[in-house]
Amino acid sequence: MLEQHLAALPILLPLIAAPIALILGRSSFSWAFATLISACACLFAWQLLDLALANGVISYEVGGWPPPWGIELRVDAANAFVLLAVSALSTLVLLYSKDSIEKEIEASKHTLYYTAHLLCFAGLSGILLTGDAFNLFVFLEISSLATYTMVSLASDRRSLIAAFRYLVMGTIGATFILIGVGLLYMSTGTLNMLDLANRIDIAESGRTINTGLAFIMVGVSIKLALFPLHMWLPSAYTYAPSAVTAFLASTATKVAVYVMIRFIFTVFGVDHVFGSMGMDLILMALAIVAIFKCSYKATVQSDVKTVLAYSSVAQIGYMILGISLVSATGLMAGLIHIFNHALMKGALFMAVGAVFYRVGSVDITAFRGLGKQMPLTMAAFTIAGLSIIGVPLTVGFVSKWYLVTAALEQNQWIVAALVLGGSLLAVIYIGRILEAAYFQERPDSQNTTEIKEVPWLMLAPMWALVLANIYFGVDTSLTTEAASSAAEWLFQNNEMPLGNQAEAK
Amino acid sequence: MSDFIDLVLLAMLALTGLRIIFLKDLFAVVMLFGIYSFLTALIFINLDAVDVAFTEAAVGAGISSVLMLGTLALTGREEKESSHSSILPLIVVFITGAALIYGTLDMEPFGNPDNPIHKHVAPRYIEDSPKEIGLPNMVTSVLASYRGFDTLGEVVVVFAALIAVLSLLGVPKEGQEKAPASGLKSHQVLRVVAKLIISPIILFALYVQFHGDFGPGGGFQAGVIAAAALILYALVFGLPNAVAVIGPRFLKFMAAAGVLLYASVGFFSMYKGGNFLDYNKLAADPVAGQHYGILIIELGVGITVFAVMLNIYYAFGNQVERSNIQ
Repeated sequence: MLEQHLAALPILLPLIAAPIALILGRSSFSWAFATLISACACLFAWQLLDLALANGVISYEVGGWPPPWGIELRVDAANAFVLLAVSALSTLVLLYSKDSIEKEIEASKHTLYYTAHLLCFAGLSGILLTGDAFNLFVFLEISSLATYTMVSLASDRRSLIAAFRYLVMGTIGATFILIGVGLLYMSTGTLNMLDLANRIDIAESGRTINTGLAFIMVGVSIKLALFPLHMWLPSAYTYAPSAVTAFLASTATKVAVYVMIRFIFTVFGVDHVFGSMGMDLILMALAIVAIFKCSYKATVQSDVKTVLAYSSVAQIGYMILGISLVSATGLMAGLIHIFNHALMKGALFMAVGAVFYRVGSVDITAFRGLGKQMPLTMAAFTIAGLSIIGVPLTVGFVSKWYLVTAALEQNQWIVAALVLGGSLLAVIYIGRILEAAYFQERPDSQNTTEIKEVPWLMLAPMWALVLANIYFGVDTSLTTEAASSAAEWLFQNNEMPLGNQAEAK
Repeated sequence: MSDFIDLVLLAMLALTGLRIIFLKDLFAVVMLFGIYSFLTALIFINLDAVDVAFTEAAVGAGISSVLMLGTLALTGREEKESSHSSILPLIVVFITGAALIYGTLDMEPFGNPDNPIHKHVAPRYIEDSPKEIGLPNMVTSVLASYRGFDTLGEVVVVFAALIAVLSLLGVPKEGQEKAPASGLKSHQVLRVVAKLIISPIILFALYVQFHGDFGPGGGFQAGVIAAAALILYALVFGLPNAVAVIGPRFLKFMAAAGVLLYASVGFFSMYKGGNFLDYNKLAADPVAGQHYGILIIELGVGITVFAVMLNIYYAFGNQVERSNIQ
């Protein structure tokens, strides 16, 4: 029975767990329950990826209605791969939350936090697994609403303004996606993604479809914080509770990148989006500006969470750069970076949350001398930071390697050089924090004896991610296999519907 | 004739929209939003989309006006002068508008039966749904059965809205600090009229709930109408009296229970060997199974929507009373 419903369970488990967690009421109960459910979902995601790699596509007809009349869940290597990262991060962040949110969220709101987290996780899984364009919008709404809630939960009042800005920008993004889907439905009469791909007829109603494409691309770009539509991200990540930032930074924007990939490659077709519309140039230019502008911004911030938030926008630039290279290797580099960046940023934000837990501030001055007082936390920060820079034996190196390879394949020497140049800026912004932690003395005025290591329940998920950073940096077989088969699948599948169309004519 | 009505309604819609932009009095803006929703509902009726019109009137014009007024009671009714420059937003809006107009250039002719939208999935919904699902109202068939997963998602969206409001405004406390008697004590006419119409409203809500299979209606509208009855009671007789009837803690359970009821139908069909939400498996006869399934999920929708709307109103009302005391 489990086998049959494997594709639906990663959505359904957190979806029904959310109201149950609310009913449970007690903080510790809902924590244990949410963590358990998330761990189960992660296990199912692992099995799904195995199945997808072995068998190709798994299709699940919700309600027993065949597509395009009913809603179809469609699992392939690409979304199973991202789902594995999302569900693993969700589980680790939930483990980490128990102690972390005690300092940052009022006790009466802990249950609401776990409920919102489960809703967000359910929404993200839904976005990933669904094969229906409108169903995707519904799950986008669930995850977005839960996200705004989680950002606003911090006791810092500034989180409210950050959440409000995020709400306004996010709602515009979601509305744009809805308008785009509506235009597509009008000119094709279907909502199923594969069916859309077959029925999109550029010659017949090109202007309506291209408008739909434009609205979807802009809407998704807001959601994934593509420069210059990233303005909501730094403040939201800075003022949200640390556990929330760790979860959002490693999953929410990545899922939006996946949505962009899905729409470009499965629905509209790479030939149309990149070939005749020339969107690869726009994306490449924006990605490169994002990498440099936001990496530079990261070097001049004093709040470490803001530093990492700007770094996230820059890292999203790398993912988009990979997509914009229009090759299987480039797409694979983008997909690998989605997975790897989740590992790095999750660990980094968890370490910063640990510092807040003990010191009560995340300003760069608060990090002074922490190398001695919180050795394990700062060691975790150092390794994850080296991974962001792209030092060999970490996952960051793997991402950069494939990205540079993809650029060189197409003789884009400048792009390859720019990728390496961006890493130099990462050296500066990570280096500043490490310098404060290891080479500056803690000012005497502050009571230094109280600052010690955080509880093991916070350290364990942090170090799990750090070890994953090293493990997947050394043994790349799982990530490269999944990402390359996903990328090849997306590219090759992309030609099939077009071929069918030609035959039909 | 229908085109002419559409034009008039759209012109009125545009005028209302423009007025909303330039008006500084937020109380009037809320009223105009209500008018805007009613106009939209009329347009939907003119398009023969009665179900959508019903929802728009109940949610857009009804509940959201009450909730916005609740917000105004907390924030004050004058709009503050914005310090931001409005040039960039104006440019963005113009570009968006221009893009939308560009998109209409290749649009299929309005209402043409040969449009792709009428040719692909719709014929099966129209021709086969009476046989496959057995309901006269095709909208309910599509919403509750063919695309039942979307509707489950929408119910969860409503539930997520409750989580958001509770985390911002806090869970209203019951039975503590007796608030000073609120409500409209001196308005005898209102009190008598309210007493007269509250029970018919609830009865109507039940009718809408169970009539959704045959005509316009269903859980969303019914939940909103039932919530409106209790909100009216709270407005006229005071929040504490309404809380004594149904408390916020109980409503929180109800909201969760509605989602679980909906999902449990799906899990039961999984247990019976079908896919999630496959109502055919609920009974020996597939059409009867469809009927049971839709009845129960609509009930789940109604319960959650009712509980969420009323609880959100409580959360707002509680804030207003607390700020009045201070």
